[in-house]
Order: sequence, then C-alpha cells, then structure tokens
Amino acid sequence: MTLFGYRVPMMASLLVWCVVWEVVGRLDLVFLLPPFSDVLVAAVSLVQTPSWQSATVTTLRAFAMGMALSIVIGVPLGILMGRVKIADDLLGMWVNIFSSAPLSAIVPVLMILFGFGEKTIVAAVFLFAIWIIVLDTRAGVRHISPSLIEMARSYGASRPALYTKIILWAALPEILAGIRLGLIRGVKGVVIGQLLVAIVGYGALFETFSRNFRMAEFWALTIILFAFALLIAELIERAEAKVEYYAGARQ
Amino acid sequence: MGATALRNGPSPVPAPIDSIVEVRGISKTYGNVEALRGIDLDFPRGKLTSLLGPSGCGKTTLLKIIAGLIRADGGTVAINGKRVSAPGPERAFVFQDFALMPWATVTRNVAFGLELRGTNKAEREEIARRYIAEVGLAGFEDKYPHELSGGMRQRVGLARALSVDADVLLLDEPFSAVDEQNRRKFQEDLIRLRTNQNKTFIFVTHSIEEAVYISDRIVLLSPRPGRVSQIIEPEIDRSGDPERIHRDRHYLDTVDEIWQGLKQYVE
Repeated sequence: MTLFGYRVPMMASLLVWCVVWEVVGRLDLVFLLPPFSDVLVAAVSLVQTPSWQSATVTTLRAFAMGMALSIVIGVPLGILMGRVKIADDLLGMWVNIFSSAPLSAIVPVLMILFGFGEKTIVAAVFLFAIWIIVLDTRAGVRHISPSLIEMARSYGASRPALYTKIILWAALPEILAGIRLGLIRGVKGVVIGQLLVAIVGYGALFETFSRNFRMAEFWALTIILFAFALLIAELIERAEAKVEYYAGARQ
Repeated sequence: MGATALRNGPSPVPAPIDSIVEVRGISKTYGNVEALRGIDLDFPRGKLTSLLGPSGCGKTTLLKIIAGLIRADGGTVAINGKRVSAPGPERAFVFQDFALMPWATVTRNVAFGLELRGTNKAEREEIARRYIAEVGLAGFEDKYPHELSGGMRQRVGLARALSVDADVLLLDEPFSAVDEQNRRKFQEDLIRLRTNQNKTFIFVTHSIEEAVYISDRIVLLSPRPGRVSQIIEPEIDRSGDPERIHRDRHYLDTVDEIWQGLKQYVE
C-alpha cells in the first residue's frame, strides 16, 4: 500500500481500523462496541484469570487432539484415494460432500453421540479439518510423476519404501497446504463445538460474557482467538515455504 | 539389407554370440492397439544396442518390458539365462525425464539405488561421489536437481544407474529432453564411458544420427505392430576423436541407409 507516495506497511491499515474502532466506541453509539482501549485492558486482565487459563488449556488440548487425529487419518486416507481407484470411487463422493457441507449442523448430533464434553469438541475439530486434508493429499499423490514411481520400482523399492521414500515426499507440498487449510477449519470446529456445548473452555467463557453483556471481555476473547488462528496459519506457511523450493521445480 | 557389415570390409561375426539379454516372442497390446508382436532379440554382452524406430513402434514399451516395469502379454525375457518378469539388481534404468527426487541432493539421488538396497550411508555416499565425478559433476554433490541444467540432471540419472553396478543399463531416450549442445557432449561422454565401464547398454532413441553415432548394433523397429524389421551393425572406429565420427564416411552412409529404410513409415 502506498499513501501520498510513501510506502505504508500492511499492519498500518490495521492501526487505522483500531483508531476507527476506538472513535466509534468513544461515541457510545452502540453499547455492543466498547472502545478498543477498553478491550485491550480487558484482554490483559482476562489472560490473568484462572478461568481463561484453564479454558485455554482445555481448548488447545481439544484442538490439538482433533487436528492430530485428522492428520493421522486424513493423510493416509488421501494417499489411499490417490493410489487406489476403488477407494477413490467409494470415498470420493463422500469426502467432497463433507468438505463443502455446512458441518455446524452436524455438531448437535455429535453432542448426542459423544456427550457434553471434550470428546464432542475433539470430534468437531476432526470433522471440520479432515476433509480438506484428504482432498489435498489425494491431489498431491495424483500429481506425482509416473516416472518417479517407475524409478523407485526399477531400483527395487519395496512397497513400504515406495510410500515412505517417494510418495509421501513427492506429495508433501500439497499435504502441507491441506494441513494449513485444515488447521484454519479446525479453529472453526473448536469454536463452534464449544459454543454449542457451551459448558467447556472458550464456549463457556463466550456464553458467560455475552449473557452478562461483558462486551469488552467478549471482544478480547474474540481477538485472542483470531490471533491464534492467524498465528498457526502463519507457522504452517513458513514450513510450506521451506518445501516450496522443490514444489516449483517438480517435473 | 544387413549388408552394411559386409560392405565395410571383413567383419568378425563370431558364430555363437554371448548374449546377456534374450527376448523371445514378446508381444504387448494396449486396448486394441498392438504395440509389439513376436519380438525375438539377443543383446550381446558388453555392447551398446540401440532400439530405433519412428514414434509408435513400441521401442520404449520393449525397453520397459526388459526392465520389468511393464508386463508383456506373451513371451519371455531372460537376463544371464535367467527368466525375469520384475525389476532386478542386474538392470538399471535411465529415464527420459530424469526422474530425480527434487527434495534430495545430487548425492542422495545418485545413491538412491544403494539406499534401497540397504547399503550403509557412508559407503553409498562414497560410491555416489565416485560416479558423480565419473559423469563430470564433481563439485555439485550438494546441489538440488532444480539448481542444475537439463543436461546435468541427466548426468545425475546416469550416475545413479552406474552406481548400482548393474550389468545392463537401459536408457530411454535419455537425451531427448537435453538441449542440442549438451546432447553432443553427452553422446561423446557415453562413448568414452562405454569403453571404461564393462557394461551392456540398451538405448532407445528416435534419432538416426544418434543411434549410428553411438551404437555397436542398431535394431530397427517398424510401427503398428512393432516388429524387428532390420538389424544393422555399423562398422565405425570409435577409438579416436569422437568429433571425427560425424565426418566418417561409414557413419554418413549408414545414416543414409537407415533413413531410406525408415522413410516408408513417415507420413
């Protein structure tokens, strides 16, 4: 972005919006929107409360477990679909449906299946994240040059070696892209899951804050969540950049 | 026609040829396209044999059947007298598109065949370094494939094939994705390499000049269905300067003779 001939860093636009928020908040137009400075103050005191800390631990744990599950199951499933036509025919339709379906509607069903607890949240994260991981992994495996696989075979690769030394690596750029998108969807999953279950982690906090009109804390929590989602997306993007050097060079 | 050998003076044709690869009655059909029909061929040990023919004559298919990468519908392939139907350590393949692992360094790519065989790291890297130098890539050991030119990438592919110490090297149009200058240099190197290494080369190409330039023996295949139409043994002295071969009269005559034979298949 350039302004009057000066280069302005991207973060500057964020600052402008913060000022707008502050001004609108000070004008006291909408009680839902306290001044930005109040939100910051609330954020600082919020992170010191034991309830926020334990909610964060619960949320992170559910998120990590759900993501781990969706990666551990999603990547092999995607590889299977990329390699075996029957598996692709059988599962392809369902994976596509689930990856574009409004999954929030299914979370109440999860609640019936897994109860009002952490299991439901883990299942929600899994359900949100896995499909894009499967689809991207499959696409990555499909893209592998057939001669690379012939090469491995002609030099005597066993089946496990073919998968661990060639296929996994050749599809890695797409797999990482899938995981990055999966993480972002997983954040959605954890928030929606907790909001619906409403007695666990951030869901409970959101519920308390909005019911008691504690808007400053409500927004503080929202900002913390956004920041978290952006942070992990950024981290994965760093990892992707590292494998990019060969993604672009593939034949 | 096989008269080339006769016309060029007394050629020593030993009665029993010591053939390392024996192909018997190989046929292959894709859908309703007959790619190969009843191929019988012997590949003499220590020689460079080219499979030459217009596109669609099944030369690559035949090479991949010998490699064990494609299953034939009928017929057998024997290496050193033993029937084979899958890839084995006595054969090494060089791919048209190089087939290098882009995430691995030159050294690891070259050592990959040995890695799959379970050779320990220090030993296989030692061997890899030797062959990297042999193909003229010393100093590039730690580079990645995308940092190399097409010609250099194919040298990596060749070093990989040499490092597993196979008896038979199978090369599938190895220079077709390499630019003209590099191709020339590469062909000269291959002639030199063939004298140093006691190996059998089977070389697929669609270039008549290339086949005559480097081969001891040229198998001409005719298209649809692929069949052996002719076997030519160019009598060219390759001991001197490789540059000279291009001006050798036998070289030029053989190229012309093959062209006359192949003309009929070109639309």
